[in-house]
Amino acid sequence: MDLAVQAGRPLLLRQPFEATEFDDVILGCVNIRPDEVNPGRVAALRLGCGPEVPGWTVQRNCASGMQSIDVGYRYIADGGADLILAGGAEALSHAPLLFSDEATAWFGGFMSAKGAVAKLKEAGGFRPSHLKPTISLLRGLTDPVVKLNMGQTAEILAHRFGVSREAADTYAVESHKRLALAHENGWLEEMAPAIAPNGTVYDHDDGVRPQNSVAQLAKLKPAFERPFGKVTPGNSSQITDGASWVILASEAALKKHGLEPMARIADSEWAALDPSVMGLGPVVASTPMLARNGLSLGDVGGWELNEAFAAQVLACLAAWENSDFCERVLGLDKAFGALDPDRLNVDGGAISLGHPVGTSGNRIVIHLVHVLRRLGAKMGVATECIGGGMGGAMLIEAL
Amino acid sequence: MRKTDKTRATALAELTSEPLTIPPASGDQPPQGTFKHWHRHLDSDGVAWVLLDKQDASTNTLSEDVIREANETLAELEAARPKAIVIRSAKENGFVAGAEIGEFKHMTDPHEAEERIRQGLEVLDRLEAFPAPTMAVIHGFCLGGGLELALACRYRIARDDAKLGFPEVMLGLHPGLAGTWRSLRVADPEAAMTAMLTGRTLNARRAKTAGFVDTVVPERHVEAAVRAAVAGELKTQRPAKTVKARLMRSKLGRQFAATQMEKKAAAQARPEHYPAPYAMIDLWRQHGDDMDALRAAETPSFAKLLTSDTSRELVRLFFLRDGLKNAGKQTGHGITHVHVIGAGVMGGDIAAWAALRGFHVTLQDREAKYIAPAIKRAADLFKQKLRRPGDARAALDRLTPDLAGDGLARADLVIEAVPEDEAIKRSVYETAEARMKPSAILATNTSSILLETLAANLQVPERFVGIHFFNPVAKMALVEVVTHRGLRKQVRERALSFVNALDKIPLGVKSAPGFLVNRALTPYLMEAFICHDEGIAPEEIDAAAEAFGMPMGPIELADRVGLDVGLHVAGVLRSEMGEGMPEIPGWFAKKVEAGDLGAKTGMGMYRWKDGKPQKAKLPAPPSPDLQDRLVLPLLNASVACLRGKVVASEDDVDGGMVFGTGFAPFRGGPMRYARTRGITDVVAALGRLAARHGPRFAPDAGWAKLGDKS
Repeated sequence: MDLAVQAGRPLLLRQPFEATEFDDVILGCVNIRPDEVNPGRVAALRLGCGPEVPGWTVQRNCASGMQSIDVGYRYIADGGADLILAGGAEALSHAPLLFSDEATAWFGGFMSAKGAVAKLKEAGGFRPSHLKPTISLLRGLTDPVVKLNMGQTAEILAHRFGVSREAADTYAVESHKRLALAHENGWLEEMAPAIAPNGTVYDHDDGVRPQNSVAQLAKLKPAFERPFGKVTPGNSSQITDGASWVILASEAALKKHGLEPMARIADSEWAALDPSVMGLGPVVASTPMLARNGLSLGDVGGWELNEAFAAQVLACLAAWENSDFCERVLGLDKAFGALDPDRLNVDGGAISLGHPVGTSGNRIVIHLVHVLRRLGAKMGVATECIGGGMGGAMLIEAL
Repeated sequence: MRKTDKTRATALAELTSEPLTIPPASGDQPPQGTFKHWHRHLDSDGVAWVLLDKQDASTNTLSEDVIREANETLAELEAARPKAIVIRSAKENGFVAGAEIGEFKHMTDPHEAEERIRQGLEVLDRLEAFPAPTMAVIHGFCLGGGLELALACRYRIARDDAKLGFPEVMLGLHPGLAGTWRSLRVADPEAAMTAMLTGRTLNARRAKTAGFVDTVVPERHVEAAVRAAVAGELKTQRPAKTVKARLMRSKLGRQFAATQMEKKAAAQARPEHYPAPYAMIDLWRQHGDDMDALRAAETPSFAKLLTSDTSRELVRLFFLRDGLKNAGKQTGHGITHVHVIGAGVMGGDIAAWAALRGFHVTLQDREAKYIAPAIKRAADLFKQKLRRPGDARAALDRLTPDLAGDGLARADLVIEAVPEDEAIKRSVYETAEARMKPSAILATNTSSILLETLAANLQVPERFVGIHFFNPVAKMALVEVVTHRGLRKQVRERALSFVNALDKIPLGVKSAPGFLVNRALTPYLMEAFICHDEGIAPEEIDAAAEAFGMPMGPIELADRVGLDVGLHVAGVLRSEMGEGMPEIPGWFAKKVEAGDLGAKTGMGMYRWKDGKPQKAKLPAPPSPDLQDRLVLPLLNASVACLRGKVVASEDDVDGGMVFGTGFAPFRGGPMRYARTRGITDVVAALGRLAARHGPRFAPDAGWAKLGDKS
């Protein structure tokens, strides 16, 4: 929540309107802390929106931060709201440890036992194994239906679409190089430094390693399916903390406050498929959205395709180039085509920058706006795969 | 877009505060006389609610008038025979803030004082002897006489926001309305003595642990707590009756504890300067196990303190503080957002203090790394000062690092705290003025540059004012509000009011080299260095100043402030004032160049260890001549400030120097000291010093106008 406040304050500070004028505050967040069960409302209050601005939290796993924008966009499109603050926040480093169900049951019995004798009796039921916690984060990254870890779903796609270990590592190295270059040129304009109460400055994500080579990455052991898997810590997204916010405004709000819009949300799409191949979410979400808007591959000047795993990104690209897949799954009459690497994740992505789950969907939308403006492009797509077998996509027009 | 409806917002906000619970009058009400301050009625249970609402006052105090009416009220109640008495304040801000200190000023004869105190004591005795249960319901401040009133009741029910204490020691006194023995009768003796010796207030929770109150409840449960007390169902604990308390009250225990207390007191104040804590310890040592004897001894001891010079001076300072605070109450400040430019030690700490006091603050500097240390210090300050859960975090949320300077456009007050360099400041003002709201105030924290110089190129010099904080901001009570010729009066008043809202004491000064505090303090510090130059040990110099009554000697002070800062101020003053300022010894600058800057580097005039200077023991007490040599330059500079109209009055000099530098409070300030000693005598002493040590001691022309009032 501290990160959401640190990200939101500079944004609100430069606005000509007051924080109390928001109609709603919507925050995407996946791993919610037990002491702040509705972080959206907590953020609204801590950002100075006052007691009368409602706040709530949306959760669509890796797309939560985009979901918040989508809800706000639709509220405004419906005419029910004019000014909405939509964000994403995640502090994966603070994910709590969980105790087993057996340990919880024992503790409950112990606490409700009345009297010393009963307590003692209950205490006797304790087993050392009760003390072994599991990291809630790891549980969250395993699909509860197909019982596969997210990394395993990437392995399935790598196998299905013939993505080699080398191709994945090469993609990962490029992601780091691009991000480092973007840092160097100050292209991450949307980024605000955070200062911790202990005086530490966090002015960039510390996961970028431009000096990495494909040869170095090749030495890493597979993270999920040893010994033959292709998905390694080096070609997967990094688990990090982060927060981000977008201000959504109606025409009326623009006029009233003299706001200069940076972009327009043209459309959005949610789609789903089997959880074991969740990595193809971007393909099944973006393609019909573009078709609906009469846009072809060439019309899209910039893509932010969230880098959950290098193999997963490459599988999406391969799927779009695969005519059989495009015909049978997407209902196209031929392959969608090959994405131009100069338009895809031009400043790196979650592999180099990190993937604070609830934040990423929000961040790629903001960054896409900056990329489109920089490249002088008009239309762009921000899209991500979503654990549980879904895809989300948002069509953005730079103004 | 959401529109805030004021009526609705106010109505919603009201839901979050709980008004005072006072059950309505019910049934036949016995006859009563007319009262100005006390009002009462019987509720449906036949309990008398006796409410203090001092007429024409914002705060309840126990004036003679209020005490006399209390006596009459009790007399009528004795006849009316209510089921119980509940005493509570009808004012939202608190129970009773203490005695009416103004009435102390007229007491010079100990016997007369004793007589008047006895009248108050009899009223409290009458309350204690009341034939039905009595209880005080305490919210907000309950201090001094207010606490003594509450202690005369059988029960004390504190609301959770209550603050209880005996601040008498700050005025050179100890409790005098039976507070000494009544507190020791119910409370843990260690806690009671600490409260009386330090003057520190206890929050409701601590007051309960100590035994001052019986229960702590939120407002919504006050009535239930009262009903329980009336029914005799309120559980009371008496920490005064524990084994530990009995041990401490034994003769041996008292001897031991009294010695410990004296040691602690000596670290704060000398007995010859501040006799009150020592008198209190004596009372305890002699009568701590015999409440009747303590009761008899309290009054003469209190009367003696009340009529002492120390107390008289401290009471005067209390009113000087009040006067300065009142100057900040002439108008509202209209400030909610403060923008501070420059996140150095001063800028960062000003920003933190403003956020602590509830302002929204943006803190601007060029890079996050310059702001980060200020955020850390702020976080530490908030953690220390704001103990209620969530408050420290809320204060941090109010303090926003602002690299882009976006706060400029939102701020009602912009405070510049960048390095003391005209060119840098000018360029900061240019950027600031371009973005500031027309109604916003532009302030500088400069300590050494004349405001006229800085105002020269401003677009709107009328809104430019000096708000000069001292280091460390969190500790220093005084803030100089610096005016200049072009300043709009309303801006000055808003600045004074803002300083008040920061819970600091504003002192209006005119733009002149060093303003008041630095101008008067620097010759004193420089003289200390010249003495050292002549071979006098730093320890002896400091001891001489401390024997005079300074809280800390000049050499130690310079080390604490930082020799670099001192050198800079002295240099500026010397260049502005020429001969009026002594020359800076050459070795001083060399020390600064070598990086021996004082406490912050571990080495200055002293070697510093764990935040303390390592001082050698003195073979003999310092010579009394040395006191004059150090203190009289300060007096001389004070008179120069008066003559130059840097401050408006002798009282302002005294208030400024006592609250700004800790100048011996029991002496009442430099001007008061000069008056008490005799102007003629001070001028003669200056003349002698000038003959011996040089023209820097030549009496200022201003002395002639002062003259002794014989």
